[in-house]
Amino acid sequence: MTESGPTTDAGSPAVDFDRDPSTYRHWQLEIDSENPAVAYVRLDVDEEGGLVDGYELKMNSYDLGVDIELYDITQRLRFTHPGVRAVVLTSARDRNFCAGANIRMLAGSPHPWKVNFCKFTNETRNGIEDATEHSGQTWVAALNGTAAGGGYEMALACETILLIDDNSSTVALPEVPLLGVLPGTGGLTRVTDKRRVRKDRADVFATKSEGFGGKQAVDWRLVDEVIPKRRWDETVRERAADAARASTRLPGGAGIELPPLQRTETGEGITYPHVRASFDRAAGLVEITIDGPDGGAPSSMEQVHELGADFWPLAVTRELDDLILRLRSNELELGTWVIRTRGDVGNALAVETFLEEHSSSDWLASEIRHYVKRTLKRLDVTSRSLIALIEPGSCFAGALLELALACDRQYMLDGPFDDSTDDTGDTDDTDGTAGSGQEEARIVLTAANFGTFPMGNGVTRLGSRFHGDDDHVAKLRQEAGRRIEAREALELGLVTDAPDDIDWDDEVRIMLEERASLSPDALTGMEANHRFVGPETMESRIFSRLTAWQNWIFVRPNASGPEGALRKYGTGRRADFDRRRV
Amino acid sequence: MSIDYSEKIPNNVDLAGDRKLQRALESWQPNFINWWKTMGPAVPTQDVYLRTAVDVGKEGWAQFGHVAMEEYRWGVFLSERGDDRRIAFGENKGEPVWQQVPGEHRADLQRLIVIQGDTEPASVEQQRRLGETAPSLYDLRNLFQVNVEEGRHLWAMVYLLHAYFGRNGREEAEALLQRNSGDLDSPRILGAFNEETPDWLSFYMFTYFTDRDGKYQLGTLKESAFDPLSRTCEFMLKEEAHHMFVGTTGIDRVIQRTCELMREHDTADIAPHGGVPLHVIQKYINFHYSVSLDLFGSEQSTNAANYFTAGLKGRWQEERRSDDHLLTEDGYGMEQVRDGSVITDEVPALLALNLDLRNEYVKDCQSGVKRWNRILEKNGFDERVYLPHVGFNRDVGLFSTHHITPKGDLVGPDVWEARRDDWLPSEADRTFVQNLMRPVYEPGKIAGWIAPPSNGINGKPFEYEYVHFA
Repeated sequence: MTESGPTTDAGSPAVDFDRDPSTYRHWQLEIDSENPAVAYVRLDVDEEGGLVDGYELKMNSYDLGVDIELYDITQRLRFTHPGVRAVVLTSARDRNFCAGANIRMLAGSPHPWKVNFCKFTNETRNGIEDATEHSGQTWVAALNGTAAGGGYEMALACETILLIDDNSSTVALPEVPLLGVLPGTGGLTRVTDKRRVRKDRADVFATKSEGFGGKQAVDWRLVDEVIPKRRWDETVRERAADAARASTRLPGGAGIELPPLQRTETGEGITYPHVRASFDRAAGLVEITIDGPDGGAPSSMEQVHELGADFWPLAVTRELDDLILRLRSNELELGTWVIRTRGDVGNALAVETFLEEHSSSDWLASEIRHYVKRTLKRLDVTSRSLIALIEPGSCFAGALLELALACDRQYMLDGPFDDSTDDTGDTDDTDGTAGSGQEEARIVLTAANFGTFPMGNGVTRLGSRFHGDDDHVAKLRQEAGRRIEAREALELGLVTDAPDDIDWDDEVRIMLEERASLSPDALTGMEANHRFVGPETMESRIFSRLTAWQNWIFVRPNASGPEGALRKYGTGRRADFDRRRV
Repeated sequence: MSIDYSEKIPNNVDLAGDRKLQRALESWQPNFINWWKTMGPAVPTQDVYLRTAVDVGKEGWAQFGHVAMEEYRWGVFLSERGDDRRIAFGENKGEPVWQQVPGEHRADLQRLIVIQGDTEPASVEQQRRLGETAPSLYDLRNLFQVNVEEGRHLWAMVYLLHAYFGRNGREEAEALLQRNSGDLDSPRILGAFNEETPDWLSFYMFTYFTDRDGKYQLGTLKESAFDPLSRTCEFMLKEEAHHMFVGTTGIDRVIQRTCELMREHDTADIAPHGGVPLHVIQKYINFHYSVSLDLFGSEQSTNAANYFTAGLKGRWQEERRSDDHLLTEDGYGMEQVRDGSVITDEVPALLALNLDLRNEYVKDCQSGVKRWNRILEKNGFDERVYLPHVGFNRDVGLFSTHHITPKGDLVGPDVWEARRDDWLPSEADRTFVQNLMRPVYEPGKIAGWIAPPSNGINGKPFEYEYVHFA
């Protein structure tokens, strides 16, 4: 590479995740007018549309900006186009589906940028699989040209892969032979775990830069079907229609709009209607407060559809999702996230029960719950220390309790905040007003904590927390619905500690300061280990094995050094490797 | 009705308005009293003429009077300081001192305080039975004074643990009473504090040499960037001075009496005449000095360096030193054994902070030796006592794997074993000294192996009835 990279550590631009179909630069989203159960998502990357200066997005290669639009599309398909039952992922260009992540972008990006980019793209691929599996929106990859690297990885996220048979188009994972890095967006993992390609063949495939096309690609299960060019359009249409017919999308009427989020950003924080984040840069932390619902359950699903994006569970999830993404990309030095909730436990439970009742009969109720699940998963793989503070006036109940359980530690205040002197005012006021200084903090377990929101490794956060102790999880199940105060929560193992109000401030302060003094890298590694106690799945392996190794490779000189493969790619010169195996 | 602890406990930490401290006292005091009753002085007394700290000012910080020991008013005092104290050393040099524990240093600070705190009750436990053989009421009173003040120093450390270290600190405070000197299952943290103080000669040696280590440790904590610790230690040093006085004058008086007996009987072998021969005193010096040196830890220490850089623990009289207080570029001479001889090597100054402190301590110890030799000189004797080489009889640090004679010569294990009893108290020496110990409880009387003091306590005569027995 002759030109320097687009960004430096200091100069990485702030990333904005707001997108709108009217402003897509890289994608076309079309609902098939003849068969409205099928949507076409066509990649058509604007070469000049890179998120950062310094590279051109040639050959339908992508950068973070391209993927943010794809994420927006997946969300809108689920909420705004509920009639869509099959999604065809294809390219607007002949003979070229997608060349994967842009190499110049990768070569010039600072390490945190690469890591964030990979994490986000992985989450988007997982979201595509989630839509197929849980949403009755089956994704079909229609590779009308070569799909290389990240391009093929995008296809791997689809349920079916169709490849055009034109004697030149192939699927390939050329990262190892050409770039000295891994196909890190799930490529290695999905080839073996999902496509069931035998592992020695996977080894051959992943080291063969030109990949395979035609019959061999089918024989090795790299694609499901190769289709001659002349029958391409028609066959794709048929396969999509088949997929749509087989889908089990729930009924529930028309889609809802996802209007732009109301967000206020200042140097001190980000504020949404239901979520507030305030930055403490000196302490290296951000305090996040999530508001519970204002009132109880809605009267009907009709009312929910009418409220649309204003319905509290959806609104708060969108805000939290956006906040997580922004903090992850733009606030690298705020290493600790302190998470609180505020609101009425009873209201939170009422809304949750309502959604649960309708989640198997109404697509919107179901989509909201899956969205909450995906957002919690985002939290699980966030490389920040997550600390839940459970205080009087909070509403960590059911789904909201999952926020606390996703954290690395949970601290719960034992007793009321002592505003006045020694007036205990012990109330058994279960419907006590939110924020009342006299009320004790309570948490509530519900069915939502026992399977509604599994982690990426397929188990619940409680299951992971009490891995190997199923009896305890069973015991906790019997506590569902009961308001649990601090001391009992501590006994049940639901919180890390339960200081009383005399100790609270000091314990919390010291704990946070201590955390901030530790090595950020060691914390990231430690937290990633502890959060995923329990079994592995393909999804969790992508994060724990594939991207962890990828991130190691990214900092090695053989990839990123001046003589490394990423830097040498496209210069006509060979990388000069340090030959020692480590 | 609840006890008004703020009245019962003299303090300058706004006890009445501090809920944390109130709770500390409420939960901890009964356990402390219980500990004092079971592990404190074994001799039953009605009351003792004791000094009680009541203030921190220069004038009249203490008052004297006969008090029942378990009703001693163990107070909590922090020295007064200017508002603008700054960190004097390390990477935060020049910044304001900390009024709260920074989370980053919580574990280290807590550890330092626990180790310091653990030594305070330990010495009370070690000296528990000494009262049964006190050479005079005056000495008995001094023993008790040291004991109650070690108790107060425990309070001081417990105050810090309670007030600044949350629940974890309270648990550590509790554990300070659970560990017991010499207990096989739950010993005190530092080895030297698990040995019983068997006799009064050992007691004087302990207060001279081992309490002096405490003085130097407190001196380093007095420099701490954690202001409450600094102020606590500064005030403790005030009381510690008396403990050292007990040791210094105690050894003075033993040597004085030895001189008298030597003159009287015209022989150095005064053992048959009920005195402690000078060579036995030298062996006790050798022993107590060398085990006290071990308390300074390894000469080369990265922990000490980290504490210094972080601002947790400074050097002795840090602020009076003229270097850069960072020490990142400086070197320090360190004696070590190489190829069969003791040589001096230069090491980074930051890594030699334990040695730096120990060297200050050694200088201080020399002054006692000078003083005792002056007594010998005044009495017309040519014999002198001395401090053995720093490498002699060491279990910790660079010399611990070698045998060094008191003169500083490296010898093999055979020579060491053969000469050991010439240098350290032998079984026979210890038995002899212990046999000399007979209680003398009659006011104005004193045991035959020690001279009376030149002055009494607080202007009272030696004959004063300092202790009333139960």
